[in-house]
Amino acid sequence: MANRTAASPAPAGPVHPQLVQQAFWKKILKRPEVGALGGAIMVFILFFVVAPPFRQLPAFSTVLYESATIGIPAVAVSLLMIGGEFDLTAGVAVTTSSLSASMFASQVAGNLWVGIIFGLVISLSIGWLNGFLLVRTKLHSFLVTLSTFLMLQGLNIAMTKLVTGNVATGDISQLPGYASAHAIFASEFTIGNMHVSIAIFYWIVFLLAATWFLLRTKYGNWIFAVGGAADSALAVGVPVNKTKIALFMFVGFSAWFLGMHMLFEYDTVQSGAGVGNELLYIAAAVVGGCLLTGGYGSAIGSAFGAFIFGMTTEGVIYADWDPDWFMFFVGATLLVATVVNTWIRVRANGAK
Amino acid sequence: MENHSNPIIQLTDVGKSYGNIRALSGISLSVRRGEVTCVLGDNGAGKSSLISIIAGLRAHDEGTYAVDGEAVKFTSPRQALNLGISAVYQTLALVPLLPIWRNFFLGSELTAGSGLFKRLNVKEMYDIAQTELRRMGINVADLNQPVGTLSGGQRQVVAIARAIYFGARVLILDEPTAALGVAQSGLVLRYIARAAREHGTGVIFITHNPHHAYMVGDHFIVLSRGRVELDAPRSQLSLENLMFHMAGGGDLETLKHELSRAPAGNANEAAAAPG
Repeated sequence: MANRTAASPAPAGPVHPQLVQQAFWKKILKRPEVGALGGAIMVFILFFVVAPPFRQLPAFSTVLYESATIGIPAVAVSLLMIGGEFDLTAGVAVTTSSLSASMFASQVAGNLWVGIIFGLVISLSIGWLNGFLLVRTKLHSFLVTLSTFLMLQGLNIAMTKLVTGNVATGDISQLPGYASAHAIFASEFTIGNMHVSIAIFYWIVFLLAATWFLLRTKYGNWIFAVGGAADSALAVGVPVNKTKIALFMFVGFSAWFLGMHMLFEYDTVQSGAGVGNELLYIAAAVVGGCLLTGGYGSAIGSAFGAFIFGMTTEGVIYADWDPDWFMFFVGATLLVATVVNTWIRVRANGAK
Repeated sequence: MENHSNPIIQLTDVGKSYGNIRALSGISLSVRRGEVTCVLGDNGAGKSSLISIIAGLRAHDEGTYAVDGEAVKFTSPRQALNLGISAVYQTLALVPLLPIWRNFFLGSELTAGSGLFKRLNVKEMYDIAQTELRRMGINVADLNQPVGTLSGGQRQVVAIARAIYFGARVLILDEPTAALGVAQSGLVLRYIARAAREHGTGVIFITHNPHHAYMVGDHFIVLSRGRVELDAPRSQLSLENLMFHMAGGGDLETLKHELSRAPAGNANEAAAAPG
């Protein structure tokens, strides 16, 4: 490899600039999100060609919105996966959050903001519980969160039936606090002839904050370390368990955030919603370059992953295909993206 | 290169038992600034128990362990680390996929700013890691590459350089050359010598390879079944002598004698020889 110099006993000379420059394209290819960017461009071209309505700007706004609803939890899920763990509860946790906020506000508190805070507490508690169970039982996170996922799925429907006597919650738009909460979580504004949901902006904020956190704070360093080699991290004084619990709580936070958007977007909540979305978040993170084994990946990559799935959801409709093709497409994308990612990573890292 | 400054570490008649099993007894050893003390021994000779005591993983239950002349009894590696006694284990405590400079500062990151904007001081960490690695003679153009892309020997050096930078006065190296090829072992041995001679670090070099030990050692201790079999400075020891003790000393002599009675190729005679 050009940029690896054999060690010599004499003090080393200056680094040759041409060596660094030769490695430039390699540096780009080494970024974890490169495969996903390439995939996103390909999917974009595909639908641009086959689906005429896809070419218009308002359609693009819809695609971005669809992507944001996958992308917001996917940011947190990718951080968790870099930290070496899975969270299968992320999909239903979004619904749990909206349900608890809605029901607590309408049945107990009478004010939506109290409900919103209640939802946040519930979401963070679910994250904490996942993390706590993980470090306590030392079971694989797949197993731990599969259990909590199934429990939440049951709880969502059972509790909703118990409280409202129905499988969905009532309309909250008449409750106090609705106007301000709707403005914050679910407002829309117009840019040119595009209606843009505020969720898209929050998605970008999540992405930027997570990327900065991951690459420019010591906690980010710790996330990579606990996912890459937890024993080594522990040996140099990284609080491995606390880091993992915090990551699960961040997934809880992102689920709450999306849950609040959903609540104020639709005003009622279907208690069975959200099941299966956790796999989309994981798929977005993996397409974006996160390793299943942890220690590698990026937050931005999950955005490309979410964007691919957002484009696909809408593109299939615009192209007048049967929407059932969507899941097939998600699976195929996942397969191709992971193969390409692995191939690029091996190439870029040289023979070693 | 025997010097007679005050030892940083001094073990006197140290022993350790696990239940009825006596893992170590009567171990005396000292480590001085800039000196490499080699601890050799077969598997099960008590090398690991000795490192655990020195590094603070376990407390000894006989004899005295003194650091800078004061008796200590460590209950955690942190206490040893605070006195500048640092162990580099075979697993190295490095994260393979993490860039070199991030590994160098992992767990002790440098930050700038405060509050919500407290961030890694990337440039300073990168530069320090670069400088420290160069001082050890290792020149990597891009410290952003993952540690896993380095060779086994270079990884050892990164771990050693890190321990020295974070204030190690005594470096305990547990079999640093065990898994390495000839060239890579040479690399690591060179840095062990450099750490001692140029940085004045006291080094405890644990190995079962007498050739490697003899190349860098100032003082040699051979352990056998939890006891000191040999304790000699370099000036009083030849490589042959060291190898002889390492290979089992007296036991080997008996074995050699036994085997020499059975000439090769004569199966009957070999079978007849008493086992």
